[in-house]
Amino acid sequence: MKNGWETVIGLEIHAQLSTESKIFCGCSTRFGDEPNANTCPVCLGLPGALPVLNRRAVELGARAALALALNINERSIFARKNYFYPDLPKGYQISQYDQPFSERGELEIMTAERDEGGHPREWLPLKVRITRLHLEEDAGKNVHEGLPEVDRFSYIDLNRAGTPLAEIVTEPDFRSSWQAYDYVNYVRQALQWVGASEADMEKGNLRCEANVSVRRIGDEKFGTKVELKNLNSVRYMQRAIEFEIERQIELIESGGRVAQETRLWDERNSETRVMRSKEEAHDYRYFPEPDLPPLIVSKDFIEEVRASLPELPDARRKRFAEEYGLAYADAVQLTQNRALADYYEEAARAANNSRGAANWIRTELLRELEAAGLTADKSPVRPEELGALLRFIEEGKISGKQGKDVLIEMFASGKSAAAIIEERGLVQVSDTGEIDAIIEEVLNSNPQQLAQYRSGKETIFGFFVGQVMKASKGKANPKVVNERLKEKLNK
Amino acid sequence: MNFSETDIETLRHAILQRETTTRAVVESSINAAEKLNDTLNAFLQIDRAGALRRADEIDASGDAKQSLAGVPIAIKDNICVRGLQTSCGSRILGPYHAPYNATAIERLNAAGAIIIGKTNCDEFAMGSSNENSAFGPVRNPWDTERVPGGSSGGSAAAVASGIVPVALGSETGGSVRQPASLCGIVGLKPTYGRVSRYGLVAFGSSLDQIGIFGRNARDVAEVLKVIAGRDEHDSTTADVPVPDYTSEIGGDIKGARIGVPRDLFGEGLDEEVRASVENAIEAYRDLGAEIVEVELPHAKYCIAVYYIIATAEASSNLARYDGVRYGFRAEESNELRSMYRRTRDEGFGAEVKRRIMLGTYVLSSGYYDAYYRKAQQVRTLIREDFLKAFEKCDAIATPTTPTPAFKIGEKTDDPLAMYLNDIYTCTANLASIPGISIPCGLSNDGLPIGFQLMGTYWSESNLLRLAHAFEQAQPFTERPRITAH
Ligand SMILES: [Zn+2]
Repeated sequence: MKNGWETVIGLEIHAQLSTESKIFCGCSTRFGDEPNANTCPVCLGLPGALPVLNRRAVELGARAALALALNINERSIFARKNYFYPDLPKGYQISQYDQPFSERGELEIMTAERDEGGHPREWLPLKVRITRLHLEEDAGKNVHEGLPEVDRFSYIDLNRAGTPLAEIVTEPDFRSSWQAYDYVNYVRQALQWVGASEADMEKGNLRCEANVSVRRIGDEKFGTKVELKNLNSVRYMQRAIEFEIERQIELIESGGRVAQETRLWDERNSETRVMRSKEEAHDYRYFPEPDLPPLIVSKDFIEEVRASLPELPDARRKRFAEEYGLAYADAVQLTQNRALADYYEEAARAANNSRGAANWIRTELLRELEAAGLTADKSPVRPEELGALLRFIEEGKISGKQGKDVLIEMFASGKSAAAIIEERGLVQVSDTGEIDAIIEEVLNSNPQQLAQYRSGKETIFGFFVGQVMKASKGKANPKVVNERLKEKLNK
Repeated sequence: MNFSETDIETLRHAILQRETTTRAVVESSINAAEKLNDTLNAFLQIDRAGALRRADEIDASGDAKQSLAGVPIAIKDNICVRGLQTSCGSRILGPYHAPYNATAIERLNAAGAIIIGKTNCDEFAMGSSNENSAFGPVRNPWDTERVPGGSSGGSAAAVASGIVPVALGSETGGSVRQPASLCGIVGLKPTYGRVSRYGLVAFGSSLDQIGIFGRNARDVAEVLKVIAGRDEHDSTTADVPVPDYTSEIGGDIKGARIGVPRDLFGEGLDEEVRASVENAIEAYRDLGAEIVEVELPHAKYCIAVYYIIATAEASSNLARYDGVRYGFRAEESNELRSMYRRTRDEGFGAEVKRRIMLGTYVLSSGYYDAYYRKAQQVRTLIREDFLKAFEKCDAIATPTTPTPAFKIGEKTDDPLAMYLNDIYTCTANLASIPGISIPCGLSNDGLPIGFQLMGTYWSESNLLRLAHAFEQAQPFTERPRITAH
């Protein structure tokens, strides 16, 4: 960013809670069914229908709130947000307003600026204040494609109407696009981690909006903020913010003013565009939803949920760094998701080598998993098997290089390390007698080279190592070969 | 047998003793409905085929033991009955047929009641005279030049004229008790949360409650027993046990304390109505009740508070009528905003539009605190007034309406005069308490006069018992000019 400027970013995330049924009726939340298949009088907004709160949505909302260190209010109020839109069957959305489900979270995340190639520089902690997390229903969607006479008609699919959402709003605490990027990734991961949401942006079950403004460093007042929408991946969001920062600075420096507006990210053209302007400023006329009593959750309920939460990613990441002596970046990578973190801990225990396990998982296993499109919990190589393989290497039974080939075969065939080593006859020869015999043979059959070496051409040492390894068909322990060869040659 | 004057007990007895058939009862009711509809315009839809089919089923089963088996009932057209229209008296829902039953309807069906049709009402239950129906006003069976009251005027006229013994209406601010009073029948508004609102088309959700019309308290009790109780589809229903209302009727009422808020018997109250209600209060004294003075200091704000809260909620509840999914849609709209505007402009009547605008205004940012929030605060004060009064008495007696039925067209140009019709009734809606209107006399013009009793939460049993005692002491035997007989 240009010198002398500061960016101020606040984020709003809508995460779909992973319930089986909708928040105010019994309809399924399944994705991809026939349009309007999962609807009933309640989610169609038929005259006379009334909402009934799904307790599971409250439970998952509580998991999400606690995972993000928010305080859950024992009493919260649903409110109607009134506006007209064809995908909103009742003409209002049941949401929460002045008494939300949870408030005032403070989260510490790790964040790093990236270089040109997108590689993190230095990981630093950042405190993020989360204003609130509240519960609300989703709207349906308008369909303009793939149906008859779309030039004359719009269609509406209300399958999504009434899907439970958690809206998570931060204070304007981010100062760069990468901070926003790291925060959204953290939230995604935390929600998945506690089972509150699939948090998959591509499926649309996590959506993100960013409020971006710029000001000259030293200014107390915030600049005019622009709301960014259509951010369909975390990366798009980061790029959209980056673009928007540059746009706003350029605009101000050239004597213009930032307009308070909503802009859409256009990924194809890599720019933000003004969204079709709203005809009038919205006044949502919030008021308490008379069809639902106040939502009361007990202290006991909150504590039960808290006790049932797994160790959260942030805590686990710190523990990995301290307890296993991992670099922070490695800990971050190994706690991308709960399955991988669990996998790592089991493998480290089985290998009795936490750094070794970390390296093998990061460099070898993740590559295979990625190629196969699998998560760690679905890995054909179980963590205890990876541990066994690492022990074979540690004990010198096979070389590290052999180990890599073995792992690939383990992954492909599902066989154990021991079985593959046995089948391939891969056992490494470390027996000095056996190796000495091979060395003897190599030296005898290469008298010329031996003479050269003895006359001072020590660079030829590698030639002998290669010959010995070749004669042993690669089975000789290179370390032992080195030692014995030096001894023989220098005799 | 003259079914038009028969109470439920007699009717049920006749069917069980096979003195008549369910079909005969239902057919006579439908014939009366059809015959009188030209005069009264009480029904918007009469379901002859469906009702007779259900009657035949009951006759064929030979089992008429459910508590309302064979009892014809009329349903206000803002309560959903599967397969029948639910127009709410509005053009905007005109062709709409409900695909599901309201919970109250499910329960009536299970009890064997037979729905003969949907009754006319003020559009979306907004009105006190039934003149706001898009399908023409209902006429009062006592004098067809006069209104039957509203908004449940069709149901009131159907019961008063003897077409059906009982009918369902709905109340947001007096819409059952006021027409009951103007038509000379009993009308009960239960405690908020007593009867499920699921399937009752919303007007003011925090006030709405299904109510019951009958020609006597016992018939009303029979129906209440069936439809009351917790419903998992309505989170605002209460998990309070449902007493056997009919068996709690009867016996003497000695020692009952009737509260009288004298302050409300002042300005605007018709002299004949005052005399008649005073007379009813004296009748209670004669029955051994103690008459005590009570105060409801905030009751005078009820119309103002009511018209803020009810319209605010209505402005939101009526947003769904946008022409997108069901009901009426204005033609020749080629763009979304104009489709919305034209649909709502052509679909809603003047009073509904007035209330949507009022409600939108009081919820608007900058006005919310001054109107909606303030109204909620006064609502709490009104509630507290009542709770305090009920420490001194078991029921509060007042007139139901300031005057007997007025002429059609008399108040249509003066909404405020119209709104004042609900001055005695809408406090009970604001306080969420039950109220019942009981006929107590005729004016010199031969128009019925009613008084109301209001009780604390869940005191329907007590109100019905007091109403029944009054009926025994001073039977109201007058019949309207237009009857099914
Ligand atoms: Zn549904």
